[in-house]
Amino acid sequence: MTEAAASPQSALSRALRAYPTLLRVGFADTVAYRVEFLIWILTTNMPLVMLALMRAVARDGPVGRFGPSAFTAYYLAALLVRLLTGCWVGYELNMDIRSGTLAARLLRPLHPLFAYSAENLAALPLRGLITLPLVGVMLWFARGGLTADPLRVAVFAVSVGGAWLITFLIQACIGALGLHTESSISVAELYFGLFSVFSGYLIPLELFPGWVRRITQVLPFRFQLGFPVETLLGHLSRAEALRELGTQAAWCAGLFALLTVIWRTGVRRYQAYGG
Amino acid sequence: MRRYLTLLGIQLRASTAIGMQYRFDFLLEGLMTGFWMLVTLTPLFVVFGARHQIAGWSYPEALVVVGWFTLLKGLLEGAINPSLLAVIDHVRKGTLDFVLIKPADAQFLVSTAKFDPWRAFDGLAALGIVTYAFAKLGRWPAPPAVLEALALLAAAALVLYSIWILVVSAAFFAVRIDNLSYLFSSVFDAARWPISVFSGALRFAFTFVFPLALMTSFPAMALLGRLGGGTLLGALTGAVIFAGVARAAWLRAMAHYTSASS
Repeated sequence: MTEAAASPQSALSRALRAYPTLLRVGFADTVAYRVEFLIWILTTNMPLVMLALMRAVARDGPVGRFGPSAFTAYYLAALLVRLLTGCWVGYELNMDIRSGTLAARLLRPLHPLFAYSAENLAALPLRGLITLPLVGVMLWFARGGLTADPLRVAVFAVSVGGAWLITFLIQACIGALGLHTESSISVAELYFGLFSVFSGYLIPLELFPGWVRRITQVLPFRFQLGFPVETLLGHLSRAEALRELGTQAAWCAGLFALLTVIWRTGVRRYQAYGG
Repeated sequence: MRRYLTLLGIQLRASTAIGMQYRFDFLLEGLMTGFWMLVTLTPLFVVFGARHQIAGWSYPEALVVVGWFTLLKGLLEGAINPSLLAVIDHVRKGTLDFVLIKPADAQFLVSTAKFDPWRAFDGLAALGIVTYAFAKLGRWPAPPAVLEALALLAAAALVLYSIWILVVSAAFFAVRIDNLSYLFSSVFDAARWPISVFSGALRFAFTFVFPLALMTSFPAMALLGRLGGGTLLGALTGAVIFAGVARAAWLRAMAHYTSASS
């Protein structure tokens, strides 16, 4: 670590050189524990339950702009984004801190957060394999509810990447809080509750009263799910979509700075438990 | 039988003593209970903001279901999850041997190993929600209805526990499945909605395979005086059968167990 801190340039290039290998290792790990991986994916069933519920609600007339087929498009898109951006680094980091295995990671000549990001990204190909049939079904059943504008589809693709990054950064921040306090798991729970309400994961944000929507505009959660989904469904105009993309990038930068602070101050205090 | 009651008392006391050591958690758990209650209720507010009735359930009636959901969630996370999560850990590390050599039934010992007393908050929250719902309805449940609901509560607890025992039994065969508990709670989350919201395959699955209907909708219907005697009887019989299957699966898993450490 000290050497890396002394010459950041070489540390970065070394990390980049190691990245493909890390991705391969992570992928092999995912394939090895495929049953566990499948269970994780099945855990993401909330949008389907909400879809069943909202379709029952919309049976006798649309809610706002959402009729039964619009709800189908919304929740399938939400499921897609959630599956592509899901990330569990918070729990992993917390476990590693508590069990002391973070010490081993700190010894490696590579920043632990870099390694975590590789492990999480490496799960994407297998996840994509599972989500691709879903995309097919979605496009078929909800083709009327999706935007056909190539610009907005492109914004959607980029914003899913941004959504993953925000999710990773927030989770890493929460995990790294474990270096400062023992209640970081409660913070993770709090985060998940806020995320499910304010991201549009449970209910489309449009259906909330105005004052709740104003709250969501100053929180990062919407950029983890609601923004990509709304873009794909064509609820945002071109200008709005591009502007929100900028806001999403700003959130990424801000959260990255926050993570750096939490991590640096935390590692200084860290004394491997049981080590 | 008396020996097991004494044992249960001892295990409960030990768990309470441990719980009392983390007094700060008391505050935290209380706050989290309130927070989750809000999260749980949010979709309900939105949905009933747009409609007066959904699938035959009015707002206060749906609140009764949410109340039972909160109660069972507290039961699950306070009395069932902690112990059984520990079993999965035991199996992986091989420390289950220390439980097996004790002169008492292993299923009883592992099931009562750990309680989380602070989850009692969920029970209070549930009582508050159900009371509020009935106050809003302007009528109170008849005493026989309350008895029916309590019988169903026992059945629901039995089924929840049995499903967990089945999950734990699976841990003896496939070791790395700690996240099954997450899958379990994510499916259980659907129980906050009345069963009639779901249709087709989902409804069948939530009634007979993973009987969420028995856990929250049926007790709520009993309290509201809408549950038929046949359904009640069916639910109670189903719960007993579930428990029998779970016990058989546990015994099979035990026979299969070959300590990880040796």
